[in-house]
Formats: sequence, structure tokens, C-alpha cells
Amino acid sequence: MTDAAIGQGMPKAAEEPRSYLDTESFVSWLTTTDHKRIAVLYAITVTFFFLVGSGAMALIRYELTSPQGNILSDEAYNRLFTLHGVVMVWFFLIPSIPAIFGNFLLPLMIGARDVAFPRLNLASWYLNFIGGLFVLYALLAGGVDTGWTFYTPLSTMFANGNVIAAAVGIFITGFSSIATGINFIATVHLLRTEGMTWFRLPLFVWAMYAVSLVFILATPVLAITLVLIMAERLFGLPVFDPANGGDPLLFQHLFWFYSHPAVYIMILPAMGVVSEVITCFARRQVFGYTFMVFSLVAIAIIGFFVWGHHMFVSGMSSYAGVVFSLISFVVAVPSAIKVFNWTATLYRGQISFESPMLYALGFVGLFTVGGLTGLFLAAIPVDVHVHDTYFIIAHFHYIMVGGSVSALYAALHFWWPKVTGKLYPENWARFAAILMFFGFNFTFFPQFLVGYLGMPRRYHVYPPEFQTLQVMSSTGASVLALAYALPIVYLTWTLFNRDWKAPDNPWGATGLEWQTSSPPPKENFRALPAVHSAPYHYHETGEAPDPRAQDEAEQ
Amino acid sequence: MSGFELLPQQASTQAPQTDLLYLFLVFVSAAIVILIVLLMLVFSIRYRRGSAAPRPELRMLTTREFEIGWTAGALFLALFIFGWTGSVRLSMLAAPENAIEIHVQGKQWMWKIQHPNGIREINALHVPVNEPVRLIMTSEDVIHSFFVPAFRIKEDVVPGLYTQTWFKATETGSQHLFCTQFCGTQHSRMIGEIVVMNHDDYARWLREQPQPGDLAAEGASLFKALGCSGCHIGNSAIRAPSLAGIYGRLVHLSDGRTVTMDDAFIRDCILEPRKNVPAGYDPKMPSFKGEVSDGEILRLTAYIRSLKSTGPSG
Repeated sequence: MTDAAIGQGMPKAAEEPRSYLDTESFVSWLTTTDHKRIAVLYAITVTFFFLVGSGAMALIRYELTSPQGNILSDEAYNRLFTLHGVVMVWFFLIPSIPAIFGNFLLPLMIGARDVAFPRLNLASWYLNFIGGLFVLYALLAGGVDTGWTFYTPLSTMFANGNVIAAAVGIFITGFSSIATGINFIATVHLLRTEGMTWFRLPLFVWAMYAVSLVFILATPVLAITLVLIMAERLFGLPVFDPANGGDPLLFQHLFWFYSHPAVYIMILPAMGVVSEVITCFARRQVFGYTFMVFSLVAIAIIGFFVWGHHMFVSGMSSYAGVVFSLISFVVAVPSAIKVFNWTATLYRGQISFESPMLYALGFVGLFTVGGLTGLFLAAIPVDVHVHDTYFIIAHFHYIMVGGSVSALYAALHFWWPKVTGKLYPENWARFAAILMFFGFNFTFFPQFLVGYLGMPRRYHVYPPEFQTLQVMSSTGASVLALAYALPIVYLTWTLFNRDWKAPDNPWGATGLEWQTSSPPPKENFRALPAVHSAPYHYHETGEAPDPRAQDEAEQ
Repeated sequence: MSGFELLPQQASTQAPQTDLLYLFLVFVSAAIVILIVLLMLVFSIRYRRGSAAPRPELRMLTTREFEIGWTAGALFLALFIFGWTGSVRLSMLAAPENAIEIHVQGKQWMWKIQHPNGIREINALHVPVNEPVRLIMTSEDVIHSFFVPAFRIKEDVVPGLYTQTWFKATETGSQHLFCTQFCGTQHSRMIGEIVVMNHDDYARWLREQPQPGDLAAEGASLFKALGCSGCHIGNSAIRAPSLAGIYGRLVHLSDGRTVTMDDAFIRDCILEPRKNVPAGYDPKMPSFKGEVSDGEILRLTAYIRSLKSTGPSG
């Protein structure tokens, strides 16, 4: 089928190709195999879960303004942070960039008409959706009280929440990740257009390829772990119960073998987005393309060998801990290379500061702080002190929220004209980007401080000396909430307003996705494009960028 | 809260070492962040679109040299920090030979401490200053974690496993003890204090601990030391039935039986709590089989018998 689609080049000669968005019924959306429509379906469900997870956090941050824990009960508090973690990790962050923008852009960027397995692609959305329903059921039926980490024996023998429903939901949605991973890998291998060699792939495509490797290698381990939890909880199979010969640390090894690579599932796509955006608005070829590619792949691979740094104080052998510490320090190197390269890409550019660029520059700053505080956690004596305190909360939010969510918003603004055919009010967008950067730091920087002072995470009631910093954090969170809500409002508004029609290539960007109409036709390209040069061809190799590019962009 | 501090109190020998590493990392990180932000700012201003700054050709060779340079630099820095922190960790691993050995048991949601001379405490640990203390820890139920911020020590407390950590306190005074591994409903209330005393005060404290007295008084201290008072507290009947004035009464059980609360039944309740659940309560109480001797059950029974309906004091 796909072969036929490629071989035929240009179907029906029509002057105005129909956009993938117009047509037909509601049912046609639910039965679509068009990667672009599936991306939109994902966008709707992911946004919904983002709102659910944020709502839980709003209550938590409100509660933490007071040290006495007098707004929520202990039970309610524990169930809310579990909900926040489960929903944000598996139903927001992991599918966000890969399943929305990966699905939408991957075939466009390599000059293909669809992904390799379009029906599998639709199936992956349904799996994600069904998994989400289980988690929503778990929430409505009273919640889960284990934390998103499901540590045993708490989750298998002591917790009284709906652990099984949540585990089933995550188990199912895991298969949606695996399906997406298989699809992306096959698509990149099989469907690149003429002249699109591996080292002409845009870095976003490389990021999707790297993340797909992690999807298919790590997610099965999560599935196995969840099955073992269910077996112990439902049937008393003593896998983790020490009283019957099980090992509670086994769970942590299995869980983090998935969940550490899962962090890279969240950050690799963000790195891909930022590489696209910074090159476009600096009008530069990316600095050190091959180093950027190899560092993406290196992060994906080395990321599989660092899980033990979550377990320095778990009772695992201290000598094993030292080895994990070494590998964790090494994995910081490729991330550092990427930060240096993004910065160097600005050098001798023609830089402009539209909203996607502001989000992307914000990403570089926040990711740098997140990455550097990762060094603190790889340093065992420091980790012993800050493990399971607010320091670690701040660290991974700098990566996942400061990093991934900033990149998600960069992607949203950068490709919104392509996806919807609409522009948006640029000044509002710039305001939201700047507000997000400050709101984020305002929320999470105090958490580094309160963490080093010793406040443990997951504490409903806490000693009063930590209150000042917690109140600061909660105040920042309300600014951050506003910064997240604003784009959702004005972007939605542009959908219903005829005046914001976007040109095909509003940024003067070079990727293949910009060579088709906005929004693209159902078959992506009228004639499949051929590629003759490296990506980010904003100027001749070895030359300064062409100042005239500015004029082109404005026309 | 007086003043605004960025480091918690340094109250153990490990604390200054940990803080030194921490401050070094803060310094290195700040330097890198400032470098990156400064470069981004300078480039953004100098090479803003349409500026007059010259943009001559950038040779490929230069690019490669830069890449190799900062890759090697980052790797060197990472390995240097690893070497330093790793050696600090290994040097702090083993407790000194002469350390006082304290046994710690975590359970939902309290810390049970036993001193070498048999003294027991709940949610508190009294130690002398400037003496190494080794903690040997295990859990009765889920995983907990023993964290004393002022000492910069933390180690998980795992069922079925004995984990260890140690400290040598350098300051007298009371310090927070937190559980940092999420352990269920009242995780944030599983806290305690480490009381560091000078040698005279510590000796006095040891002397003041309950001396052998009449059975009920011994039962009362056992009642506290075993953790019974954590749930069977006062007249509150929320987590567990109040024991005030219960001796000799009829009790309804969840399986429909009605029994008289006498010596034999109290013994059954302590050893087989899950077979004797009073109506309206969850079978939460752990079995004390193997943990209490017959003599101790006798003392506990004497104590329960002595309780009037005002309830256990404390």
C-alpha cells in the first residue's frame, strides 16, 4: 500500500489540494489512518490529560502553602500527587512531542506520504486512549496511593487504592509507545524520499529515531514489572515480598531500568524540536551536525546503564553505586555537547526573536540548569543528602517541565501554522514565552533550596521552617499556570477566526514540511520532493548567513 | 525562622565534607550557566537580524576543533568530579570500630529504636556528642528511609534486609529525623528527633530511663516501647480501639464472636491480632509473636488491667 502511494507521485491534478483537515464526519476522524489526523487526536487527549494533571498539582501547591496540612487529608494528598505523576509521565510527557509532533512531522520531514504502518498508528492512539480510561477510572473510583513509582511492597501488599486499574492503564498505554516506536523506526528506514540520506535527516527526525529505540527497548521492561505487581497484588505471587523469599529491591531495578530511559524519552524529542527552531531563527546551519547526531544516539544508549543512580541509598551495594555514579557522569557529556552546539549555532547568525525562538532559548537555559543539577545527583555523597527531597523534584522538573514542556510550546508555536493553517497573535505569544520562563524559575528554583535544607518530597505536613520557600514556589506556580493557559486560549481562538490564515512557510524555514501547503494536503505532497543538500540550508556551507533571508521571511 | 539560610546546620562529621562537594558543584554549575547565558546574550545582541556586525566565513576545521575541545573538557570535568565524590563516598562508607550500635526498626508510621543496653525509644534517638553511632536498620512492613538532614545521612530501611549507616554528631541539640521513602498514608508524620547530648546529660538520661518497678509500670513502659501507644492512644478510637477500662468487658469481634476481655484473650490479641479483630476496625495491628516474651505479656496485661476509663496517659 505504502509503496503504491510513494510510486504514484502526484495523484489527481487539482489546483487547490484539499487540506487533511477538511472533510467529512466525526467518524472519519475516529477511523483515520492519516498520520496528521492521528497527531491531532493525540493532541486532544494529551491536552486533556495535561489539564487533569495540572489540576491535581494546583490543589497540591495550594495545600503546601500551609505547613499543617489542614486543607486536604493525608489520603487525598497522597492520591493527588500519585495522580499528578502517573498522568503527567505516561499520558502527557511521554506521548506529547513524539505522538503529536513526531506523528505529524516525521513523514513530512523525510518526504513520505504517511508512516510505514498507518493502521498500527491509529491503533496506538486507541491503546493510549483506553489506557487513559483505566487511569481515569482509577482516579474517579478513589485514586491510587503509591506514588507514580509504585514501590513494592507498599504497592503490592499495603496500599488500598486502585493500584490494579492504574497498572492496567499504564500497561496498555505502554503498547501504544511500542507501536509508535516501531512505526517511526520503520518509517525512517523505509520511506525517506530521494536524496534524503541518513546524514541529511533533520535533527528532529534523528531525535524521533533515538527515542523510538528507547520506546521499544525499555517499555517492555515496564510491562513486565507491572505484570509482576499485579500478580503479587492479586494472586499473592511472592516476587517482591521478602517474607516469602521475594526481593523489594528487584522492583526498583526493573522500574528504573525503564524509568530512567523514560526521562530520555521526554527530553530527546525536546532536543530535536529546539535544534529545528534555533537554526531557523538564527538562520544558521546547526553547529556540528554530526556531533549533534551522535550525542542524541549516545544519550539514548548510555541512558540504559545509569538506572542505579536512583538507588544509591536503597540498600544496593555501595560499590555498584560507585559504578553507576561513573556512568551517570559520562552521560552528562553528550548533553553538554548539545548545549554548546546550540549556543554556537547563534554565532554569526541573523537572529530574530519570534515566540518559538524565545521558548527554545528558554529551553537551553532551563535544560542547562537541569542537566548541571544532575551532576549533584550523580555525586553520591551529595545525592545521599538530597535523595527524595525537593532538590530532586526541582531537578527533574527543570528537565521535564523547564525542558520538555518549553520545547513542546516551542513546537506548538513553530508548527501551529503548518498544522492548522493559522497564525496567532505574536505579541501575546512572546509575552507567554517570557512569562513561562520566569514563572518556571519562580516555582522551581526555591525547591532546590528547600530540598538542600532537607525537606522530603511527598510530605503533606512539614516543619514550619520550610514554609517561606514553599509559599514562594506556590506563588510561582500560579504564574506558571497562567503562562500555560494563555497559549491554549489564543491558539484555540485563532481556530475560529478567519483573519489568521497562515502562508505555507511563515518562518522561511528549510525543512521539507514547509514545502507543502499549510495545512498540508491529505497525501502530504503533491509531488514528493527530492533532497539535494544537508538540512538547515540557511546559507552556503562555510559562509555567513544571507541577510536577504530576512526579506524572504517577511514576504 | 530567623534569617534565611541556604545550608542546613552542620551537625555531624559528614556534613562539612558533603557541603564542600555541594558548594564546589554549585560553583562549577554557576560558572557554566553564566558562561552559556552570557554567550547567548552576546550573540543574540551582536548577531540580531540586520545588525551591522561582520559575519565572515566559519571554517569547518575550526568547528571540529571546538567540538573536540569541549567534548574533552566536559569529559575531563565529569571524571574529575566523579573521582573526588567517589573517593569521599568510599572513605565515609565504613563506621568506626568503636561505634555505638543502635537498632532501628521502621514500621507504618513510626521509628522504633533499641539501644545496646535494652533501652527502647519511639520516634526519638538520644545519642552522645562526638561519638560514632552505627545504625542497623530494618523494616517491619514497607520501605522507609532514615534521613537526618543536619547529619547529611540517609539510608533506606527495607523489609527483609539489614541496611546500615552511621554518623558522629558534632553539635548538641535536637535534629529532625524524617522518613523520606514514601510509605503510605501518614508518611509525612513518620518523623522523630535525634537528641544529641553531652556526656554528662547523656549519662543522666540513661539513668532516668524506666527502672524495674511494679508490673503495671513496667507494662506501661513496654506499652510505649513496643509501639502499642502509637495506635491505642488516649480515648481516641480512630486507628485502634481504646483500651481504657476495657478489661473484663464483653467485646464484639468482626467475625461475629463476642468474647470477654481477659488475660487469655489479651494474649491472643497480641500474638494473633488478625484472628481477633474487634468489630468496626481494619486488621492493621502487626503480630508481636516472637517479639514479646511471656513475661512481657504479663506486664502488658497488668498495665491494661490497671487502666481506668480515662485511658492510658501519654
